[in-house]
Amino acid sequence: MTPISTTLVTAYYDYQRTQAMGLTKQWVSALGAVLLALSAVSVQAETPKRGGTLVWSIGTTPRHLNPAVQSGIATGAPGAQLFATLVRFDDKWNARPYLAKSWQTSADGLAVTFNLVEGATFHDGTPITSKDVAFSIKTIKANHPFKTMFRAVSSVETPNPNTVVFKLSQPHPALMLALSSQLGSIIPEHIYGDGQDPKKHPRNSKDVVGSGPFKLVEFVRDQHIIMERYENFFIEGRPYLDKLVIRIIKDPSARSLGRENGEIHLSAFESTPQDILHSKNVPHLTATDQGYAAIGPITWLAFNTKKKPTSDKRVRQAIAYAVDRDFLVNAVMMGTSRPAYTGIHPDSIFHEPNVARYDLDIDKANAMLDEAGYARGADGMRFPLTVDFGWPSAKPMAEYMKPQLKKIGIDVTVRTSAGFPAWAKTVSTWDFDMTVDVVFNWGDPVIGVHRTYLCDNAKKGVIWSNTQQYCNPKVDAILAKAGQENDQQKRIALYSSAQKIIADDVPIYFIDTVPYHTIFNHTKVGNPPATIWGTCSPLDEVYLKN
Amino acid sequence: MQFLVITLRRCGLGLGLLLAVLVLNFLLMHLAPGDVADSIAQDAGGLDAEVMAQIRKDYGLDLPLWEQMLKYFYSVAQLDLGYSFYYNQPVTTLILEKLPATLLLIISAQVVSILVGVVLGVIAARKPNGVASHFVTILSLVGYAAPVFWTGIMLIILFASMIPLFPIGNMVDVSVERTGFAYMVDVLHHLVLPMLTLSSIFIALYSRLARASMLDVLGSDYVRTARAKGLSEFQVVFKHALRNALLPVVTTAGLVFSGIVSGAVLVETVFSWPGLGTLAVQAIVARDTPTILGILFFSSLVVVVANLLTDMLYRIIDPRIKTAETSEI
Repeated sequence: MTPISTTLVTAYYDYQRTQAMGLTKQWVSALGAVLLALSAVSVQAETPKRGGTLVWSIGTTPRHLNPAVQSGIATGAPGAQLFATLVRFDDKWNARPYLAKSWQTSADGLAVTFNLVEGATFHDGTPITSKDVAFSIKTIKANHPFKTMFRAVSSVETPNPNTVVFKLSQPHPALMLALSSQLGSIIPEHIYGDGQDPKKHPRNSKDVVGSGPFKLVEFVRDQHIIMERYENFFIEGRPYLDKLVIRIIKDPSARSLGRENGEIHLSAFESTPQDILHSKNVPHLTATDQGYAAIGPITWLAFNTKKKPTSDKRVRQAIAYAVDRDFLVNAVMMGTSRPAYTGIHPDSIFHEPNVARYDLDIDKANAMLDEAGYARGADGMRFPLTVDFGWPSAKPMAEYMKPQLKKIGIDVTVRTSAGFPAWAKTVSTWDFDMTVDVVFNWGDPVIGVHRTYLCDNAKKGVIWSNTQQYCNPKVDAILAKAGQENDQQKRIALYSSAQKIIADDVPIYFIDTVPYHTIFNHTKVGNPPATIWGTCSPLDEVYLKN
Repeated sequence: MQFLVITLRRCGLGLGLLLAVLVLNFLLMHLAPGDVADSIAQDAGGLDAEVMAQIRKDYGLDLPLWEQMLKYFYSVAQLDLGYSFYYNQPVTTLILEKLPATLLLIISAQVVSILVGVVLGVIAARKPNGVASHFVTILSLVGYAAPVFWTGIMLIILFASMIPLFPIGNMVDVSVERTGFAYMVDVLHHLVLPMLTLSSIFIALYSRLARASMLDVLGSDYVRTARAKGLSEFQVVFKHALRNALLPVVTTAGLVFSGIVSGAVLVETVFSWPGLGTLAVQAIVARDTPTILGILFFSSLVVVVANLLTDMLYRIIDPRIKTAETSEI
């Protein structure tokens, strides 16, 4: 988000507040808001201020701080501050230079050459060379849980200290996202190459030597992560902030109160509808759902496609027609989420909105089940089904299914699991009929989307694999092709057709986006993070006003 | 000599208790399906099949349950609480990192609730039908009935949001660097709300107890004698009556100590207090068996030690116990 648009958002919320006030005050405040916005524009047009401490809250403690060997947003957010990557993405899915100042792809797409920025150093002053890049990729490939990121990378060559050549076994368009924040962190070989297991390396939590805009001062588990500006960061004049303090506060209401009383400047990944709506009524706060395009979190209802009766496509379609997506978005999520029609997040360039949406139609659903041969019994029920959920926030969605599917004669039992691991075990061993689930896109579809649909990824015991056991050779073929298509327009077309087929097969009924919001104090925070990776990208451009 | 024998016997019982806690919880942890590999997958946003298998192999989760258990107890017997699956750190390090914060919270809460509870109880007992007595009754009913996490959030709303006197949570203000005395003051400043929250239940409990036993004692003959001797009211109440009336409070304080430890889990979560409670919740959610067992081991140890101390305190407050034991043995 540009500074100007931030101001507009601010003015918009000011305007919204005036709506809530009495009519007499309305015009006066609206005028005030306009004046405020105008003055803010002139202030913000100035260059960002240098200095200050940003207090940022997160809800979970990272296992450690090395994103090269630990996936997930808890490590990704601080990790992106401590470690730089070869490229970074803007808010429109364009790769921008970061540690690599430029890059070229060979005509056959099997070699990608990166030219590194000169004079970049790690936090201990050691130069960052091509050798470190090669070491980082090797480490990530061996230890990071997302094997699809670098499986196509057969070797990383280092012809000179400032040039890195990725040799690929096949064209690999996901490479650029895999080399951006959160996924492709560049770590120092002289620290992590000492022969210890990088997953258990003591320097993952203490004395971290990174390559990013901020260096670690202190990490106290369940308390805080303190970082300060790395003075020799390779981008001149950045970061703007002197210090970055991440406070780890598990209780959402405590975070909400902290934002309100000014203790916290910025919170990311806030997903409680009540807290999001509440923050919109606090004058100094702005809530935005921008910055989650790459994470791409989607809530859905998955079917066991190998177990009767959900193995019958008509049954799945009938259930899809019976579920009221608008009710779930507007009532259960209180309008804080957005409807999802496919497994690719609506903010992704690969999202295809024109697919079968199964808008609510109870009569049609009943007719389909009659046609499929599932007549109603004496008690008005056709068959029983179970629905699972793995964490508390998914519970309302699962509970909604019971009365709603009763309307089409399905007797739903809601099954509660003893926490996430128990749920994961149940679902990943295919011992379920339906389950509410949340799955992340993780940037490129090759990393976070393919896994849900590929026939050979139905791996028993592995959660977030193809636990639906869905298998359509046509989808497999399209995804395989899309995973190797370097022409972005062609790639978009391929994913579009895959999404249409999947929507027609309904192995999954897509419900909505997870209402992740970044909530910040707009009187303090300038340039709030709004790239596709949001707060999981470097915050070197964020600054503190006054 | 008898005292030593009794202490040794108590210690033996304590050890047996610790072992039982470990065995029971080890089995409980394995009753629910799923394991730490699943929770690591949750944090990572998905794991490859090979990575999952590797994690299970690394942590010995692919072994039969009895073998896992034997291995664990073998290492505990050597005073090694093992390695946290989730944090990749020795459990002892993790716990010792968190123990001071929890001890600070529970001990301060215990001390404050005993002091405040007893004083309130004494005030109420002096005039059993007076305004103060009714006030104490209402206060203790509310304090005892309100869930501790609710009290916590209410205190945050009141004293951190509406009247911003105290911070919403955590143990130190990290946006400013402090050392020495300033640091101590900062920690105390952060301690006030969580400590009050945790105390609220126990203030209620102790004030009711102190009130009841004070009423009892104040009506007894020796108090009348003391009054007849012409002792001052202060001396009668605090030197003669209170010493006897304290016995039930001390007994209960020892008994409910485990309650304070478990109450701390909730309070720590609400206030992001970096103690064992926060660690325990995370470890249970993540199925980090060695860490949970380690925490239970330590908290049982704290409770056992607290009970031993109570026993000893008894002897100091009430010399009659010593003689009773001697004649018993």
